[in-house]
Parts: sequence; C-alpha cells; structure tokens
Amino acid sequence: MEYSRGAGREDRGAGGLERSPLLEVRALQKHYPNIAAVRGIDLVIPEGICCGLLGPNGAGKTTTVEMLEGLTLPTSGEILYRGQPCGADFRQRAGIMFQSTALPDLLTVRETLELFGAFYRTTRPLAELVERCALEGFLEQETKKLSGGQRQRLLLAIALVNDPEVLFLDEPTTGLDPQARRNFWQLVHSIKAEGKTLLLTTHYMEEAAELCDEVVILDHGKVIAQGSPQGLLRNHFENTVLTLPAATVAEYHDPQLGGPEVLGIYREEREVEVITNDIGCTLKRLLALGVALDGVAVRPPNLEDLYLELTGHKLRP
Amino acid sequence: MFARYRFTALLAARNREFLRDRTALLWNLIMPVIIVFGFAYAFTQEESKLFTVGVVASSLNGHADSPFAPLFTLRHLQWIAEEDGLLGQQRIERHQWDLLIDPERGAYWVNELSPRGYIVEQLLLASAPEVERHLLSGRPIRYVDWLIPGVLAMNMMFSSLFGVGYTIVRYRRNGVLKRLRATPLTAAEFLAAQVASRLWLIVVTTVAVYLGTHLFVGFPMFGSYLLLLVTLVLGALSMISLSLIVASRLANQEAANGILNLISWPMMLLSGVWFSLEGSPQWVVYLAQLLPLTHLIDAARSIMLEGAGLLQVGHHLGILLLMSALCLALGARLFRWE
Repeated sequence: MEYSRGAGREDRGAGGLERSPLLEVRALQKHYPNIAAVRGIDLVIPEGICCGLLGPNGAGKTTTVEMLEGLTLPTSGEILYRGQPCGADFRQRAGIMFQSTALPDLLTVRETLELFGAFYRTTRPLAELVERCALEGFLEQETKKLSGGQRQRLLLAIALVNDPEVLFLDEPTTGLDPQARRNFWQLVHSIKAEGKTLLLTTHYMEEAAELCDEVVILDHGKVIAQGSPQGLLRNHFENTVLTLPAATVAEYHDPQLGGPEVLGIYREEREVEVITNDIGCTLKRLLALGVALDGVAVRPPNLEDLYLELTGHKLRP
Repeated sequence: MFARYRFTALLAARNREFLRDRTALLWNLIMPVIIVFGFAYAFTQEESKLFTVGVVASSLNGHADSPFAPLFTLRHLQWIAEEDGLLGQQRIERHQWDLLIDPERGAYWVNELSPRGYIVEQLLLASAPEVERHLLSGRPIRYVDWLIPGVLAMNMMFSSLFGVGYTIVRYRRNGVLKRLRATPLTAAEFLAAQVASRLWLIVVTTVAVYLGTHLFVGFPMFGSYLLLLVTLVLGALSMISLSLIVASRLANQEAANGILNLISWPMMLLSGVWFSLEGSPQWVVYLAQLLPLTHLIDAARSIMLEGAGLLQVGHHLGILLLMSALCLALGARLFRWE
C-alpha cells in the first residue's frame, strides 16, 4: 500500500477572492481485487460550498465519499483537510449521513440523538437540532416507527449533532416522496446558510441543480466534468432540447428526423427528445415531414441532458 | 484512546434496548422457570430403573478378589468409580447414589432413609455377608435440585451467545455498525459496552430467576452466595467473550444463527445440564472440559449442593477466567466494523 497520508503541501498561492480549500484530494485511487473503483481523482472543495458528486451506479461515487469520510483506506493518493492529512480528529469535525442506516430500533428519537451526541467532544444543543431539523412532533417516538421523511430528518440531525464543519450527504432523498424531498431541500438550504461545507451525492439532477454550487461528474472512477451547474451547461452544452410525444414520431426513423444540426435523438416510452443546436431548422424539417406539433415542448438544457451528453447514458434508467 | 463517556452512553443505550425488548426479556425470565417447573413435576416421582453403586477406587476393574466381587456380577446396577470417599459419602447422604463400597477396606455406606439403599444393601448382604457397614443419613437431593444450577447456567448461555453475538451481527448487517464507526467511537469502547451491558443484565436476570425458582420450587443452597455470584459472573463473561469471536466478522444473520446453535447445542448436551456425565466415556468427559458451560455448571452445583468453597471450585473459576481472557483478546483482535 503506497498511500501516503500527506507529504508537505506546496503553497498554491490562492488569489484573494478564492476561498481556501477545506478538503483537497490528489490522485486518489482505490483498487479492489477485481476492479479499479476509483482511478485517480483530484478535487478541491472550498469552504462553505455545496459540492455535488454525480455519476451512475458503479461510477465510484460511494467509494470516493467513503475514502473522504475516512471509512475506506485509499490504495494511493492524498486527502487533505485544511491543508493537513486527515487524522483521527477528522471524525470530530465531520458529519455523515449515509444513504441507508438502521438505528437502534428501541431507542426514541431523543435518546438516539443523546447517544450520538455523547460520542463527540462538542455537541449542538438538542433543542437547536430539534428545531433545525423539524423533529418536534416525534421526539419521544421509537425510531422504528418513523416515516421515511421523519427518518431522513433524524439522520440529518445525527449528522449535525457534533456541529460539523463538513457534512457528507449520501443520496439523502432517495426514496422520499416529492413533498418530503422539497422539505428536505429546505433544511439543506438552511444548513448551507450557516456556512457549512457540504458534499452531496445524488441521483437526482434536479437536486444537484437546486442545492449544489459546484458539481463533479464521475464515470468509470474518473472525473469527467467539474464546475458550477450553470458554467458546465454553458461550456459543454449550447443546445436546445425538443420534446415530442412518442406517438407523433413513431413511424419515422432517426435518420429521417435528424439533420446536421441534430446532436442526438433519445426515444423513451412516452417521449422522444431531440437535441439540436438550431431549433428553427429542426422544426422546419419536422413540419416538412408532416409531424403534428401539438405536443412539442422546447426547453433549455438541464443537468440531466449534460449528463447524458457526457456519459452517454441516463442517470436514472 | 478509551473514553469512558462514550462507553457509558452506549452501555446505557444498550440496557434500554434490552429492557424494551419485552419478548426477549420475558423469554429470559420465564423460560428457565417453566423448565424447572416442568421437571419438578415430571421427574421427581419417577424412579430410575438402575441402582447406582459408587466404588471408592480409581477404576472399576481389578476388584475380583475383594469381598464385594459377587456384587459385581449382578446385572442392572450402574457402577461409578470415585476416588474421593468423602464425596461418595455425600452422594449417599443426598440419595444420588444408593450404595457406596470401598473394596480395599471391605466397608460400605448406605443411607438409612433411602428405600433404594435398603434394597441394594439386601442384595449386597445376600452375596457378600462379611463386609463392614456404615450408616449415613440426609435429606435427598431431588433431580430438580440438581437440575436448577444447570438450567440457570443454560439460560445464561443462550442469553450470552445470542444476546451479544446475534445483536452485533445484526448491527453489522443493517448498517448500525457502519454508522457508529463514522463517529469517534472506538472498537474497544463499542465492544466493552456490549459485553458490560449484557454481563450485568444476565447477572440481574439470573438472580431474579434464582429467587423466583426458589419461591416456587424451593431448593437447597449449602455454599456461599458470594462465591456463587462470582461463579455466575465469570461464567457469563466467558460465554459472552466466546460469542464476540463468532460476531467479529460475520454479516449474515443466518450464518451467525447456525454457528451459535452449533456452539450452544453441544454445550447444552455435554455440559451436564440435564444428566450427569458420571459414567460417560472418557472422551466425552475430556471434550466437556473444553466447554465453559461445563465449568460454570460444575462449580455452581458444587457450591449449591455440596457447599464447596473457593478451594474446591477454584480450578473451575481459573479456567473460566482464562477462557474469558483468551476469547476477549481474540474477539477484539478479529473484530471488523464491516
């Protein structure tokens, strides 16, 4: 194992406006006996931002996050926290919310928070956590009786119990209904407002667009794009997306619909998406073919489209 | 670094969980009482078909020229060799054996209050009239009196093995361990809290079952309560430690269940919970010495039924302590959060 926990760090001479990095990852690799899960990742996460890690299953998201959390030992590479190698003390400053976590079944919400609070040197007052994560209604309930949304809020409160500087959220809203997801996003916004640094993995592009100041797209264990959502869209993607009801173009083959300006056609069960860099030209062709334009929608590209373009596959098949 | 505040918080949480798991708690308290009760009524009246004769000697062979030689030719007698004559006499006093003979001295002992002793004595006198007679007397030890230490210990065994081993494996499988690992909690703190919590809960429930059984069935206790308590603590500690080894890596509850059964069943059968190993093949006796439950039961029975002191049961306690230390060290060494 050639994992060095941080040789001396050269000064990067960050400009005055740039925020100093809280977490920094260099040439991070993780090889398992049969697979290279992470194949050389470099990341800089400035203090106070919400960084989103996106990628399909098997892209190396979870492995990367677990190495950052200190739960998995890298095969090689460096992880620096405030410029120093992550030591045992990092646990005291990090808050972690796993994708799925069972809690001791027979403890109440209050007892669970008190238990986790007891593990840390500094803790946030219980009342503050309860208010921050909206736990008032079920503080005395046993954890096994909580609903999905209540449970996620408790897990978030546990992650915040030590008033962490950096918060890891691993697919925090997977499995929640849209209402519960929106409520959860509100909580994350309020945590961001406190100036905490967040690292979020998610399957939902909408979630990344809503919460993240910066996104990192992983595929096959490597970073394939990195930047602010708007910046990425601007740089990678100056196209428009045309959506048609599948039935209206069912009889036409892709070569009939496409032209030099069409970058991709994606057929799904109910809709067909045509990505074009000249919307007028594409619409004219469709009219000439006799396609009814009743159900046509034109929208600006979003992260989902960007992801599709970069990786060649949909994030949520 | 071992932080006591983390240990005590986890200990308190684990205790709460145990007390709130009503089904398991009830099972722990009620099952042994039911077993003892069942046996008290089912077996106390039943006479064994065999008469049991103890021989003060190191082996049952080589007594052909003793005055008792004709007795050895009789069928349907169970013979047990016991070098310690005093222990043999105690068995007679407690009606556990029907007759004790000493081929060297040409003497025998019989309990004047035991009808079975009377019958075997008549058999003896008919076949070998010129032996020296000694009379003993004492209240009989019923099978249920003999059974109670075994059932209490067996209950402790199940609670130790499954209460700790199975719980840790479940925690590992459902991700509780992973969550705990992401905190500053260390493995030593976690394991110590699991062991300590289960240990004191076992001692408390065992004392409760002891008192409850005593209230309903009533049984003799000739020894020191303090020594019995020390024996219980060491016995429970050794079996909890054993379960830590099982729980150190497994993440599959079914596999854990299988292995724990594989450990608990031989213990239940070979450690003398239900029947004495006296007269069993030598290899069974040796094998039984490897099981912590054997030492717990032997020590507890000696204390309760024979009034044994530290001197008599010290070697059992020493072995239990050694087993605990070895298993704790190995269990902690092998432990993985995931």
